[in-house]
Amino acid sequence: MSQKITNAGRTQSNAIECLNISEKKVGLFVTCLVNTMRPSIGFASITLLEQAGCTVEVPELQSCCGQPAFNSGDDEGTRQIAYQTIKQFENFDYVVLPSGSCAAMIKKNFIEVFKDQPQWLARAKHLASITHELLSFLVDVCHFQPNGIELDGSYTYHDSCSGYRALHVYEQPRKMLSKVKGLKHKPLNSHAECCGFGGTFCVKYSDISNAIVAEKVENVLATEADYLLGGDMGCLMNIAGKLNREGHKEIKALHTAEVLAGLAPQILGGKDAS
Amino acid sequence: MQANKPEDFYQNVSKALAQPDLKKIIRRTTDKAEAKRAEAIANFPEFDNARSQGQKVKDHTIKYMEHYLAEFEKNALAQGTIVHWASTGEEASKIVLDICRQHKAKKVTRSKSMLGEEIGLTHAFDNSEMERIETDLAEHIIQLAGDPPSHIVWPAMHRSREDVVKLFREFHADPTYSEEITDLVRSARRDLRTKFLTSDIGISGSNFLLADSGSSCTVTNEGNAELTITPPKVHIVTAGIEKLVPSMAHAVPLLRLLTRSATGAEITQYITFHNGPKRPNDADGPQECHIVLVDNGRTKMLAEGMEEMLRCIRCGACMNHCVVYKHIGGHAYGSVYPGPMGSVLTPHLNSLEVANKQTHACTMNGRCEDVCPVNIPLPKLLRSLRAQSWQKKYEPLLNRFVVQSFAAMAKRPRLFQLLSSCGVIVMKVFSRKGWIKTMPFTSGWTRNRDLIEPESTTFMHQYKKMKKTKNGGA
Ligand code: SF4
Repeated sequence: MSQKITNAGRTQSNAIECLNISEKKVGLFVTCLVNTMRPSIGFASITLLEQAGCTVEVPELQSCCGQPAFNSGDDEGTRQIAYQTIKQFENFDYVVLPSGSCAAMIKKNFIEVFKDQPQWLARAKHLASITHELLSFLVDVCHFQPNGIELDGSYTYHDSCSGYRALHVYEQPRKMLSKVKGLKHKPLNSHAECCGFGGTFCVKYSDISNAIVAEKVENVLATEADYLLGGDMGCLMNIAGKLNREGHKEIKALHTAEVLAGLAPQILGGKDAS
Repeated sequence: MQANKPEDFYQNVSKALAQPDLKKIIRRTTDKAEAKRAEAIANFPEFDNARSQGQKVKDHTIKYMEHYLAEFEKNALAQGTIVHWASTGEEASKIVLDICRQHKAKKVTRSKSMLGEEIGLTHAFDNSEMERIETDLAEHIIQLAGDPPSHIVWPAMHRSREDVVKLFREFHADPTYSEEITDLVRSARRDLRTKFLTSDIGISGSNFLLADSGSSCTVTNEGNAELTITPPKVHIVTAGIEKLVPSMAHAVPLLRLLTRSATGAEITQYITFHNGPKRPNDADGPQECHIVLVDNGRTKMLAEGMEEMLRCIRCGACMNHCVVYKHIGGHAYGSVYPGPMGSVLTPHLNSLEVANKQTHACTMNGRCEDVCPVNIPLPKLLRSLRAQSWQKKYEPLLNRFVVQSFAAMAKRPRLFQLLSSCGVIVMKVFSRKGWIKTMPFTSGWTRNRDLIEPESTTFMHQYKKMKKTKNGGA
């Protein structure tokens, strides 16, 4: 395939035009946190995307979306990482990430660092146009609803900031979760207030982050839910880590995709999802 | 209370987090502000329209700043106002004090103005032979307490009612012995009334400067601006040049945004347009009017691509909704302007070298931008200041090293995958019952929370294995 066709010139609309709806070719960017800490979210994503009628491929040469460099102000470092990501993913019909903040990084922030490089800017813009956060992609693009999934108990939902504010992910996960038999929703007070993770922020300003997450934990506990669900591994690790440090084992943190793919029992039993 | 310095941000933060009640005290005000703003916006369906209108007015005026400044000056002069220009805060303060001295003023009344704080006017008066009297209730409280302001709309929000009771009993000539808010307000009114009438000079800020009339607009709830401005012989306005708008019609959408975003009110009790000195047929008013137009870093912001920040109408919504501000409070920032807008402004008013730590004290959650009535992309601006700090190497060496090493790995996916696998093996060694309590090089995380135990191997490792089995089985 010639480089020309695959690069900047291609727009989303003609990508959609030449697409047979039943065969959405999706490149899954698992994100570095899921890759190292919680592979089951990656497998849950594959399961759900396939159920939704997509063909899923996971490019092996993927790393990180570049947020640590970008948020530290290291534009050159961000570009170096972004070159890789663009090359790996620009030829898919869609690029999907099981994380609001990493998806927002590609959708909104890549273009910031390529302002002075028109060719890369065009490629970054194209990538932005085909990139989606997993849960909103399943509902908004694939019109997917889970079927036959059961989980007894109640959940509360933490809307991660990038997903909620930058990408408007709110209804979609709740809509899908409402189809899980046995699962009830308990609304979280201040559901869209930051949990204090903030990527590098939580280690740079560990004590401020701690004060923030402590408050989040209070709100989560007040719901008396069995599960804390969300769409971002970073926030979930932060809140779950604080819950555990404070000795609260009664509430389990899971990624929404894990629940929707029916992996919850297995994960809670301590097994790998693959 | 000694004012914190911006360069001591880390210490200021530790001090703030160690105050057990601070969080509660802040939330008492910010939570109410959040709720009232939300209600006001819900009852104002044109909000988004007004917002983009407000943004347009500001952007337009900023783009043609020179033109509107000239127009304002011409019209202000025509009204009989004396116009002064100050390029720095110090210069502005000096102009104000010189005017006061020319009039041999002994007492000056001042209505709340953050610009006054910015240019160091309060200190300048305190170091002079003149008596400074703050007439805004909250400013009055912090003046008695000797505190710097902790919020741009509620400068005394860090003080509890008990504090106020104590302060008033100590300082008011005829204090109240009740703890009821109305009685406390009356006590302050008794104390301030005589001072209003015996003041030699009144000093105010300005919320909007109208270019087509040369007038200045004040927005208050207590009427203290009017009482500060009208009785004394001389009135001095200090205003940042970004306060300009073309006309009253342009100020209106901004006013609608300002009051709702600040306090959730549709309108404040007092909105007054001041038009120069008393004219022959006027019933009252100052005999002499001055306006000091202050740059203090604003044109530099314009030149440095920070023009969006000049839209700010000082409503305080960004700090009311900031999760970091809510925990550390205004004093920690060490600046007149705290919270998100302060973290963007302070590096320009001070220097980035001194105030770059504040730009990093943000989780980039985007709530401030979401509520800003003039669409200032605060996270983007903070990020661009971080990029400047990075280029100028203001970042601590260790942070730079960590970020650069991470980027160096991440741009080599094979190496990144390999190191991720190694990371999992190491974490496994430190894991107990699904959690890591402590581990080398993770103290930033594990000091305050546990780290979840990773699965047996990385996703990529499991995925490749799975694919192999699938293909092998096929
Ligand atoms: S930045 Fe926006 S929200 Fe913050 S004070 Fe200024 S106008 Fe208000």
